[in-house]
Amino acid sequence: MRYERPGTIEDAVAMLAQASGRSFVLAGGTDLLVRMKSDDFDADLVVDIKAIPGMDEIAETADGFAIGAAVSCAELAENSALVSAWPGVVEAANLIGSTQIQSRCTMTGNLCNASPAADSVPALVAADARVRVIGPNGTRTISAQNIPVGPGKTSLEKGDIIDAILLARPQPRSGDAYLRFIPRTEMDIAVVGVAVNLTLGADGSVQTARVALGAVAPSVILSEEAARTLIGTKLEAAALGALEAACSAASIPIDDKRGTVAFRKQVAGVLARRAARIAYERAGGK
Amino acid sequence: MSFDATYKEKKLKSVGTRPLRPDGVDKVTGRARYGADFNMPGQLVARVLRSPHAHARIMRIDVSRAVALKGVKAVITAADLPDLTNGNAALYAILDNCMARTKAFYDGHAVAAVAAIDAKVAREALKLIEVEYDVLPHVVDVDAAMAPDAPLLDENLFTQGIDPAPTTPSNVGNRSEFGHGDVESGFAKADVIVERSYKTEQTHQGYIEPHACVASCNVDGTAEMWVCTQGHFVYRQTCADLLGLEVSKLRVTSSEIGGGFGGKTHVWAEPLALALSRKAGRPVKLVMSREEVFRASGPTSQTSIDVKIGATKDGKITAALATLRYSSGPYADSWAETGAMTSFACYDLENVKTVGFEVIVNRPKVAAYRAPSAPMAAFAVESAIDELAHKIGMDSVELRIKNAASEGSRSSYGPIYGPIGIGPTLEAARTHPHMSAPLGKNQGRGMACGFWFNFGGQTCTDLNISADGTVTLAVGTVDVGGSRASLSLIAAEELGISYDDVKAVIADTSTLGYNDMTDGSRGTFSSSMATISAARNAIVTMRERAALMWDIPVEDVAWEEGHAKAVGASYDNRAPLSVKDIAAEAGNTGGPIAGHSELVADGAGVSFGTHICDVEVDPETGATRVIRYTVIQDAGKAVHPAYVEGQYQGGAAQGIGWALNEEYVYGADGRLQNPGFLDYRIPVCSDLPMIDTQILEIPNPNHPYGVRGVGETSIVPPLAAVANAVSDAVGVRMVHVPVSPPRILAALNAKAKG
Amino acid sequence: MTSIAVSTTINGDDVEFLCRADETLLDVLRNRLGLMGAKEGCGTGDCGACSTIMDGRVVCSCLVLGAETEGREIETIEGMANGSDLHPLQSKFIEHAALQCGVCTPGFLMAAKALLAAHPDPTEKEIRFWLAGNLCRCTGYDKIVRAVQDAAAEMRGEGT
Ligand SMILES: Cc1cc2nc3c(=O)[nH]c(=O)nc-3n(C[C@H](O)[C@H](O)[C@H](O)COP(=O)(O)OP(=O)(O)OC[C@H]3O[C@@H](n4cnc5c(N)ncnc54)[C@H](O)[C@@H]3O)c2cc1C
Ligand code: FES
Ligand code: FES
Repeated sequence: MRYERPGTIEDAVAMLAQASGRSFVLAGGTDLLVRMKSDDFDADLVVDIKAIPGMDEIAETADGFAIGAAVSCAELAENSALVSAWPGVVEAANLIGSTQIQSRCTMTGNLCNASPAADSVPALVAADARVRVIGPNGTRTISAQNIPVGPGKTSLEKGDIIDAILLARPQPRSGDAYLRFIPRTEMDIAVVGVAVNLTLGADGSVQTARVALGAVAPSVILSEEAARTLIGTKLEAAALGALEAACSAASIPIDDKRGTVAFRKQVAGVLARRAARIAYERAGGK
Repeated sequence: MSFDATYKEKKLKSVGTRPLRPDGVDKVTGRARYGADFNMPGQLVARVLRSPHAHARIMRIDVSRAVALKGVKAVITAADLPDLTNGNAALYAILDNCMARTKAFYDGHAVAAVAAIDAKVAREALKLIEVEYDVLPHVVDVDAAMAPDAPLLDENLFTQGIDPAPTTPSNVGNRSEFGHGDVESGFAKADVIVERSYKTEQTHQGYIEPHACVASCNVDGTAEMWVCTQGHFVYRQTCADLLGLEVSKLRVTSSEIGGGFGGKTHVWAEPLALALSRKAGRPVKLVMSREEVFRASGPTSQTSIDVKIGATKDGKITAALATLRYSSGPYADSWAETGAMTSFACYDLENVKTVGFEVIVNRPKVAAYRAPSAPMAAFAVESAIDELAHKIGMDSVELRIKNAASEGSRSSYGPIYGPIGIGPTLEAARTHPHMSAPLGKNQGRGMACGFWFNFGGQTCTDLNISADGTVTLAVGTVDVGGSRASLSLIAAEELGISYDDVKAVIADTSTLGYNDMTDGSRGTFSSSMATISAARNAIVTMRERAALMWDIPVEDVAWEEGHAKAVGASYDNRAPLSVKDIAAEAGNTGGPIAGHSELVADGAGVSFGTHICDVEVDPETGATRVIRYTVIQDAGKAVHPAYVEGQYQGGAAQGIGWALNEEYVYGADGRLQNPGFLDYRIPVCSDLPMIDTQILEIPNPNHPYGVRGVGETSIVPPLAAVANAVSDAVGVRMVHVPVSPPRILAALNAKAKG
Repeated sequence: MTSIAVSTTINGDDVEFLCRADETLLDVLRNRLGLMGAKEGCGTGDCGACSTIMDGRVVCSCLVLGAETEGREIETIEGMANGSDLHPLQSKFIEHAALQCGVCTPGFLMAAKALLAAHPDPTEKEIRFWLAGNLCRCTGYDKIVRAVQDAAAEMRGEGT
């Protein structure tokens, strides 16, 4: 295995594009190094992107935020502008792993690892995040939702590198939230995760809603049925009940070591209800 | 002079204080050397190839390609470990577990091993070993393994302990029975009967340090091993037996040990390291990965237990019956028997019967885990007692007090108790502020009792007095939780010197006589006994030396408060001689001064504990948090109270983990799904509250200071205490441990449906 | 030659070493530099026994490649005491009996040091969550949390 630490994104893309065997981008390494431990793992090339200028920065523009692909999740929490704009995204990213993992892990790595249970991904999808992909054929911007396509699989092609996650400046009267279920208080992978992002009208009723579900399908679900239950409401009991039912119905989980189908479907509804309340309050709803 | 171990009340100066531990500085500076922290010149790296199948006949193993790989220095299979066990079934089980001989019995069972110049080559070599398996049907569940149509692990296993002996083989290794009286007539007298079935899942000791050793065999037949173990003398014996080495030529040094809890009382890969070293002619280092630790080293039993308890309306238990099925991995052992012995040990019962079944399954060989077998039995019995109290409408502490065993009670497993602590711990619970603290919404409280025998055993200790009067104490029981500090306190107490003047070390197998391993909570109990005896022997010598120095008869020399004193008016108040004074003259009075002791420590003194637990359950998700926890336990005498508290807290935390989230999860293919700390969920720091402790001291009559074992009892009550608290919070009786969120939510849904 | 030459700073000293691309910082510390204070409890980021501080943040050294430490500043348990003066956390761990077997202790001390640098006066809850990536199977955490609280007080000059 070869380790490279290029100083420009062009070099990084070229190295990956020209690599003969299996090659990987290395961000925080908290997924990649775990995989490397397995006796079945083989890689010919690892390209560390942390020395590329700008990758470790959070840029605030007129449109919003560009979060460099090498920004650690711990650093997200230290950016007060980002925290106040997208509290749900940051809290989701901060749930990943431990203090030690937070020092290293990135949202981009979380997204590209394509685990169905990735914590920041539902929050990014609810926030309608986009990612900037730089590849052998140039730069393109695509929806974060379209990156993971199944467990461990992404839509990225050979030589593609995400250089930043883009978050729009939030609308007035909007708020987002993420909740997950784990049996312990820390150090568990989500059994269910739900993100809700709401924008309210002047009268305090929900104008737009995005509801994303994690760990209940091969990859993140953006549920329009669930979103619809909230539109026009002030999160009255009936609306929340409908949201709960819609989220349970939208979930198509499996039984595994972390939870059962019945448990996941039921708890997806419960968490959606709770996350919606938090997002609503953050949006200024009462 | 024979050693008088009986308890004598006296004022203690050192014992019972909380000095700093002798190994503290090494451990906070990173200098302490654990199993993997030792290297030898020219050492090779070993790796073990493990079966991916739960049950498979090994048809063929071809190691030739691995042997041919550059950098590979030895490859071994079962063929390199000929069977020298001579019909000893227990030893054969160890041998077969170390390296599968004809069948792989579980996912993770070793089938071959390599030693190579580095980890990379060793990993490559594993991939080059070809194993052809004939995959057989498997069974991993204890109840499924007892079904008549279950796949058989061993066609020659006929259940022992049944009359007449069965004529068809099964997966039940043996049946054991304990009790007295007549349970049927007892139930006939009962006004209220509780009858239920319970299940507990398999858990792992979860020590943070994986098994590690460095083995070195020499051409002259001598060998050395550095290893993390709870019993280096036992490892030496087992390894020598399995490999055909002479016991005295194998020198085993125990490293600092990063947790064991029973799991490091059994050999796993150590014989393989020795065999590889013998074959390669070089030292070999073998460190298990975390995944290997989970897949192939000692978990505890999975159990299925039926309990029936009857009582009169006023709360007197008239009869108690339990049927206990314990899985033991692929080889029958005596885990169910121990469970059957401990089940009702807390109570004074007229009619009691327990029956244990030892069940073999396609899971790793079960190893001891802190009060082995007792927590599961206690879960079932203490849950039933809790339910009984509810049914009668009696306070659950009162019900237990009413039926608690006391001095003179005949225990359910046979012996008559001496002075014991179950009653006092229950009385302490009754008046503990925790018991009456108000509970909030969705909160519940549970309590439970637990028992453990405690062991003594063979112990050998040397106490050497240096020329400056300081003392080195060499013990052979591995320090798993601060026993060096405790033993230093004991030596200081006996000799009447300062704790700071004593340094305790763990001697290797070549420098001290045989010691049983540190298990059964025996470390401090038995080595303290040997330390007292060694100190008293040293005092005899020091009195003789003082007599020489003074030139008076030794009968006129007494030992008081660390000094030799001349007794009698004729010696006109000679200044007493301190240990230092006597030691300084040792060269002129007969040479070095030392005290030795070899003994079998008897009468470890049973111990009891009562735990109280508060939980809060989220009724919509089943998420459970322990919000308050109290441990009350009899220590006999707390030699170093801080370490006794630590044992109470550590055991409680392990029990809480077992109760709430820890479990081995197997797939339909019989493979372990969660061999890592991310999915095998031991409690993390944010999961737990502070754990309050109350130490009771009911002296053990068979120990000079009244010490009992303290290390194990604390894991016995938590399963039931937590489950009772959850049952109280959610209003449904939880009968399957761990009471994980999916199980709680399913129970709540079932209740809602009615 | 497949090894990579790395220059880094460990406990304030300039250190150079060679390592293979797939070797972790933990491998390098333990096998190449003789710094065995960091322990490998899992090798996959789950136990925290290998915790070290890199550029001021606590990390699992089993999840950092040795090659990645080029130009970084690493702190390990071996550099925690100042000569023969123990760090207050080290003293308090001994005093409070916050260790039994001690194999988790170096990792806890590294993580706690980073905690107190970021939060000199942490609540019990903050301590517990910050240390959630450090597993201890012996103590039940009670005495560890108390030792950290006490060390924090001493470091703030509140003394006990
Ligand atoms: C102990 C532990 C606990 C964990 N807990 C959680 C948890 O609670 N929740 C959770 O969601 N995850 C958890 N994880 C998983 C992991 O930490 C996260 O997925 C993390 O966000 C990955 O980020 P990284 O930067 O470390 O990724 P890396 O390991 O560096 O990369 C992950 C994958 O993404 C690819 N990649 C990375 N960056 C890019 C890029 N810029 N462009 C293209 N491809 C890229 C890599 O090639 C690799 O395949 C845990 C891991 C550990 C070890
Ligand atoms: S060894 Fe690094 S976290 Fe366990
Ligand atoms: S003291 Fe043993 S793991 Fe913490």
